[in-house]
Amino acid sequence: MAERSTSGAPDLTALSVGDEVAQAEHLITRDSLVRYAGASGDFNPIHYRDDVAEFVGLPGVLAHGMLTMGIAVQTVVDWAGDPARVVDYQVRFTRPVVVDRNDGATLSVSARAAVVELQNHRVRVDIIATFNGQTVLGKAQAWVSFA
Amino acid sequence: MFATNPINLDPEAARAAGHADVVAPPTFPVVVQEHTLAQLLGDADAGIDFGRVVHGDQRFEYTRPIVAGDELTARLTVTAVKTLGGNSMVTAATEISDAAGEHVVTATSTLVVRGDE
Repeated sequence: MAERSTSGAPDLTALSVGDEVAQAEHLITRDSLVRYAGASGDFNPIHYRDDVAEFVGLPGVLAHGMLTMGIAVQTVVDWAGDPARVVDYQVRFTRPVVVDRNDGATLSVSARAAVVELQNHRVRVDIIATFNGQTVLGKAQAWVSFA
Repeated sequence: MFATNPINLDPEAARAAGHADVVAPPTFPVVVQEHTLAQLLGDADAGIDFGRVVHGDQRFEYTRPIVAGDELTARLTVTAVKTLGGNSMVTAATEISDAAGEHVVTATSTLVVRGDE
């Protein structure tokens, strides 16, 4: 476990490019999708109705891309110690996350230090998010500032 | 949205970390941005068929975090339109500012509009 200062920030001098800073698995269920729809206001029925998803030719009910993006950064927030330290975050949506009505979908997230700028007190963290062994986000990068 | 950090949820924890109030999760600005995208997609002149729209990519670039109590104003600019293999890609940047007019965060989306199949 990395040392932390009183502000909850990790010790950047102990950090090397390539180090895994966070790892987590999240189970996304149909309940998660309904809750996210309510929280976000995105009520597109492809995110909760099998019949609509099938009608538009999808492989099943899909997680909202923004839910996947939001979950994927949570491990980085926990490592950073404060959500306000995530100053820039981007992803590409490359594959859908199909959420089974019974079993849900398990999203695996791994975050590694990609750029460490000690003089600017900031780190670029690259996130790999996978579902069923395939990545679902591309170019998932978060700049975390401890300045 | 699976946010569990106390600074997102507990005003005391947020103040202890130096914030005026609880801090919104990094992807929260999409909720504000969504209202501007709805205007773009609802504009007949834009000619975008919502049923054909797929979210291609997304970015949030912050000047400062959003905290509870902020009054935010959002302004969307279409920054790029490209056509690729029958699909159109529309990039829209939504600049979100506070009550003082200061920049808070820019939320940028690329929407892929699928062409006729």
